[in-house]
Amino acid sequence: MILSVKNIEKYFHDPTDFKVLDGIGFDVDRGEFLTLVGKSGSGKSTLLYILSTMDTDYTGQLIIDGEDVSGYDQNRLSAIRNEKIGFVFQFHYLLTDFTCLQNVMIPALRLGKLSDKEVEYRAMEKLRILGLEDQALKPASKLSGGQQQRVAIARALINDPLIIMGDEPTGNLDSKNTQIVFDILQELAHVNKQTIIAVTHDNDFAKASDRTIEMIDGRLA
Amino acid sequence: MKINRHIATTYFVASKKMTTVAIVGVLLGMSIFMFMNSMAEGFDRTSSESFFKSTPHIRVYKDDVLSVPLSDEGTTLIVNPKVVPSKNTIENPMDWVKLIRKQPDVEVVFPQVSCPVFYNNGKSQIIGTTIGFDPVEADKMFKISSFTVQGRLSSLTTHQDGIVIGSGIAEKMNIRTGDKINITSSKGVNLTLTVVGIFKTNNSKEDKTKSYVNLVTGQQFLKENNVYVTDINVNVKNPEQAPQIAAELTTLTGYKAEDWKAANEAYMAASRMRKIVITFISFTLLIVSSFGIYNILNMTVSQKINDIAILKAMGFNGGDVVRIFVYQAMTIGAIGVALGVVFALILVQALQHVYIGGDIGYFPIRFEPWVFFRGVWLGLFITFLAGYIPAKKAAKVDPVSIFRK
Repeated sequence: MILSVKNIEKYFHDPTDFKVLDGIGFDVDRGEFLTLVGKSGSGKSTLLYILSTMDTDYTGQLIIDGEDVSGYDQNRLSAIRNEKIGFVFQFHYLLTDFTCLQNVMIPALRLGKLSDKEVEYRAMEKLRILGLEDQALKPASKLSGGQQQRVAIARALINDPLIIMGDEPTGNLDSKNTQIVFDILQELAHVNKQTIIAVTHDNDFAKASDRTIEMIDGRLA
Repeated sequence: MKINRHIATTYFVASKKMTTVAIVGVLLGMSIFMFMNSMAEGFDRTSSESFFKSTPHIRVYKDDVLSVPLSDEGTTLIVNPKVVPSKNTIENPMDWVKLIRKQPDVEVVFPQVSCPVFYNNGKSQIIGTTIGFDPVEADKMFKISSFTVQGRLSSLTTHQDGIVIGSGIAEKMNIRTGDKINITSSKGVNLTLTVVGIFKTNNSKEDKTKSYVNLVTGQQFLKENNVYVTDINVNVKNPEQAPQIAAELTTLTGYKAEDWKAANEAYMAASRMRKIVITFISFTLLIVSSFGIYNILNMTVSQKINDIAILKAMGFNGGDVVRIFVYQAMTIGAIGVALGVVFALILVQALQHVYIGGDIGYFPIRFEPWVFFRGVWLGLFITFLAGYIPAKKAAKVDPVSIFRK
């Protein structure tokens, strides 16, 4: 078991008090490809951001890799995100002033465990796996949407995280690119034994994953 | 961490135009700040330098005393306050001189007399003042030799009937060293003296009225004996401490000891005013120039709000974000300050060669290491603040709210 939540509850206070998550609890195993589905407003993205440790305004327990991180301060959570969690967003969100290679390298340079040369080598390796080695030195903004999303995945992978989280990772892609991204994620889960947790409203994408958790009005269905 | 610096540098390079404008802002603010403060220092130094050519740090003299009403146990009988007629001499001056000389921090002490005189020039007379003192000691205090243009002050020691006159007097009377000059004092004493030196200060009024003689000659002008002394001049090690030492001397001797600051209240007030104005203007410039940095950083933070959210998602913490933006601000600041120093040096150099004329001569400015040192630190500090405020704002960015938009 790599991630576990117990009795997560969260309120939105604006404009009125509203219980957006109610008693959420489940476990995720190592190497599992999990998708969160539900109608918009069901709280699936809200839950993902809690799992990601970026949102700390909730009650309940969040255990990542055997560590209860619920009460941690922002600095410790940042360190956990840096080392153990990779992110892929719907709108690829690369740093546009940097090249693709630099974008991939940044989380590893932040972690600071390897020398710059080693980080660069690893980043090139990740880009090669995703078929982007010839784009490495281009500015991130010059790539197509599908390519940018693959750079974002390479960036999420650079520190070999235990968990890769995605908020609609294929939401902005055509079917061909969606298939490519899906295949990459599945391979990461099944071959590399990295855990994938992705929010999606693409039913085919969800069906093809190992397990799907459906949310309705802030509860597990 | 190196990666923070790397990101900061990338942002710095990416916004070249804005960065350049901010750098130029700091450059101008810094250089004018340092330049104006150097100028203030220069003014202060030259004016106090020229000041101490005729004024001692402390002057000990006998102050006038008002008569006390004649009274009988509370009933005032006669009220007619007026200055008690008495000689304004210091009693036993040489004993006091010896005693004052023993005080710590005191450097030069000598007695002097001053006497209003007329320099007789045929039928016309020039009104002025002559000062009688020991030329060796006086030279130590006023550095008279440094502005003596003809003859020597030290010749007074060998010529009892010698006199050193101002260049203005010499010009009007067409006198050179070696010539005789006839002088009548306010007490009606008429003496003919030999001119042994001519001085030229940068104060034309002094040059036209003042002369120096031996103490004995001065006493003769006043029709007094050789223990008659009107002032004891005292120089201390640090002129800034003169007021405290003057107070000590007053209690020690019982005579009035007046420091140069108290004696020249008007000059001191003007100097304080000048300082306040210059400080105010230069600080304003410095602050205005830091707004450039504040602006560009605020703009960068707003533009890069997505980047900040991503960096935070990838594990950069608030401190990292602050460092990225403060580093960017400090880079702009450091370049601006460095160029500002160079520019200020050029300004100082250029102005040093501008001839103002009159009492001032060349523009009284020079490289003031302390002013530059202070300017550099102040510039960097203000830069830091101008960068820190937007950086703190950036650190508070909540990534979730950005991603969910």
